Amino acid sequence: MSTAVWMALGQFGILVIALALTHHPLGAYMAHVYSTPKHLRVERGLYRLVKVDADADQKWSTYLLSLLGFSAASLLLLYALGRLQGHLPWNLGFSGMNPATAWNTAASFVANTNWQSYSGEQAATHLFQMAGLTVQNFVSAAVGMAVAVALVRGFARSHNGGRVGNFWADLVRGSLRILLPLAVVAAVAFMAAGVIQNLHAHEAITTLTGGTQSALGGPVASQEAIKLLGTNGGGFFNANSAHPLENPNAFTNVFQVFLILVIPFAMPRTLGLMVGDRRQGWAILGVMGGIWVAMTALMTWAEMAGNGLVPKLAGAAMEGKEVRFGLAGTALFATATTGTSTGAVNAAHDSLTAAGGGLTMFNMMLGEIAPGGVGSGLYGMLVVAILTVFIAGLMVGRTPEYMGKKIGKQEMTLVALYLLTMPAIVLIMSGISVVIPAGLAGMSQSGPHGLSEVLYGFTSGANNNGSAFAGLGAASTYYNTMIGLAMLLGRFVPIAFVLALAGRLASQKATPPSAGTLPTHTPLFVGLTGGIAVVVVGLTFIPVLSLGPIVESLS
Amino acid sequence: MSMTTTTPTTASSLLSFWRHSLAGLRVILVLTVLLGLAYPLAMTGVAQVAFPWRADGSLLTSTGEHTTDRSKAIGSQLIAQGFTGAQWFHPRPSVAGENGYDTLASGGSNLGPLNPDLATTVSERKAQVAAENGVSPSQVPADAVTASFSGLDPAISPAYAAIQVNRVAQARGLTVAQVQQLVAENTSGRPLGVLGDPTVNVLTLNIALQNLG
Repeated sequence: MSTAVWMALGQFGILVIALALTHHPLGAYMAHVYSTPKHLRVERGLYRLVKVDADADQKWSTYLLSLLGFSAASLLLLYALGRLQGHLPWNLGFSGMNPATAWNTAASFVANTNWQSYSGEQAATHLFQMAGLTVQNFVSAAVGMAVAVALVRGFARSHNGGRVGNFWADLVRGSLRILLPLAVVAAVAFMAAGVIQNLHAHEAITTLTGGTQSALGGPVASQEAIKLLGTNGGGFFNANSAHPLENPNAFTNVFQVFLILVIPFAMPRTLGLMVGDRRQGWAILGVMGGIWVAMTALMTWAEMAGNGLVPKLAGAAMEGKEVRFGLAGTALFATATTGTSTGAVNAAHDSLTAAGGGLTMFNMMLGEIAPGGVGSGLYGMLVVAILTVFIAGLMVGRTPEYMGKKIGKQEMTLVALYLLTMPAIVLIMSGISVVIPAGLAGMSQSGPHGLSEVLYGFTSGANNNGSAFAGLGAASTYYNTMIGLAMLLGRFVPIAFVLALAGRLASQKATPPSAGTLPTHTPLFVGLTGGIAVVVVGLTFIPVLSLGPIVESLS
Repeated sequence: MSMTTTTPTTASSLLSFWRHSLAGLRVILVLTVLLGLAYPLAMTGVAQVAFPWRADGSLLTSTGEHTTDRSKAIGSQLIAQGFTGAQWFHPRPSVAGENGYDTLASGGSNLGPLNPDLATTVSERKAQVAAENGVSPSQVPADAVTASFSGLDPAISPAYAAIQVNRVAQARGLTVAQVQQLVAENTSGRPLGVLGDPTVNVLTLNIALQNLG
């Protein structure tokens, strides 16, 4: 093997060790945070101030209502901040966002997508970045974690009339006890490595040869930390994690990948502890980890092989990539960001090799379960696991069970609705966009690559990823509106199904395992679940993938 | 918000949604103060005390000294700037802004691997880089003919630096060994031995050349 391959393996190894070391303590800490009845003093003060009851054990429908109410208020506040940013402090002389952009940005950050149809250094004020975007980076992530924990409680509890916890307590604890301390540590590490953190405006300076260039300012490190930890992905600057002031060197690059993955990979531990059977957590971790390793290997191969007209002419697939990260550091990031709902990018995904670009799409189409966004990865994977026990149950003709709960007709209806939502949004909206003029006008390139751009846009939006094949003219009113809609539907419709499922499970009585119960902690189950995840995506998306990236890859 | 049909009647569910939204508004306002003002401003305070130079953008003076004074700065160690002319090491091509290297317009070409226009551009760059450095096109590395996604990539590969050494030495009347020495001093290996790729910082290299006299 060549040196480059050994280096890539070494880099991957360091990342795996770091993730392995944090899996136990972080998973256990999160289980404690979401299980303890005690509020911190600051939390008690906060609940009193805002007059919410953080002790009520909410029925799933009330939990959902609180979640939707909170998200609607967030949407409104962020929209208002975007429109008014020009009149607020630290505005850098920028004006307010137009309605379409403000709507798209508000929907995007509230839905934990962080799709960006604006360019940070040209259109977002420091106050908007801090009080608007940084805040949503925290709370939209905490919302995802809350939903995952509610579903876990559904498995862990029985016969309680569908009570799944308290949304306000879960939201505040996730934000203040889990995300905030980790973000502080990460932000300090970023500052030490060269990520900027100041409140200066962008000011012109004279370069070495007498030209001019702007020295940039902004509270970047504090936002960078939560952008990755919360699997958000919205860059302070247009170039996102490719920007040297967001991601200055190869160390910060791997650290960023670590931050993206650390909570999603620790959540199976939280699951295992909360349902009182750690082996169930190991099995879920096994499926997530297996797909992630396979996708990383394929992506690294695709970019290092560098097939295609331009990479062959140039000598390597370096268009849209940074020298300091190299091909392996880029592939590692691209896999992590699309296997979670992050969508930060450290390279132009539009300029990846055709195989690499196709893999990023496939990774998102899997529903982002390898290992998935904070919270959304775990609940997405649990839904696939339920589908797996159902299919296995059909094979042997028994009522399927998962972690002590029977999977009956109503549970399966909710699972099926969950699984159909995202593909329906992606395929219907992409289909509309390639036949109407406003949609066609946004493609930067015709033919299969143009279709890939549109497909990537809606896949990214509906999966709350937020990365882009940036060639798509996403700033048009049409795409701003449609992708905004895709993001909100892709976030909150599945959440409603998951919470309904959690309520159903919590109201059931526990079923002790019998001789005929399919064990769900074995390698067989891990393999079966991974296989079913891949087959479901394959059946849903192969037709459209073959018109886009696959035909491009073959030409 | 069409999925609030979880309570019996539309009117009561709308009322209930409204109550939860008002509670949500109060919560998000308090969290905005904590996470959107207290947290980033506290981090800014820490940064300005503990890492003032890095927190302000790793700015350099014309002699390569660290500075936080923007009136004395000639650039950031982390940000590429355009260099043309035989006496300078050249950075990677940039499509950030009209003339490249524009920090107010970070971004790449976003062109796909089969794009014919990009193929033409790459071929032209390859011929040009080969000609100006007096090497054969096969010696021109990929980073010399491709634009980065940031458009501000401060680094070139050691291979791209190597083919520029003779040209720069000749233009400045220096020996090849002198220039090679400076290249070596401005080259960084992989962090921890395996992370990323080795880099040559073009700005610090050119500052060092300029100050050699």
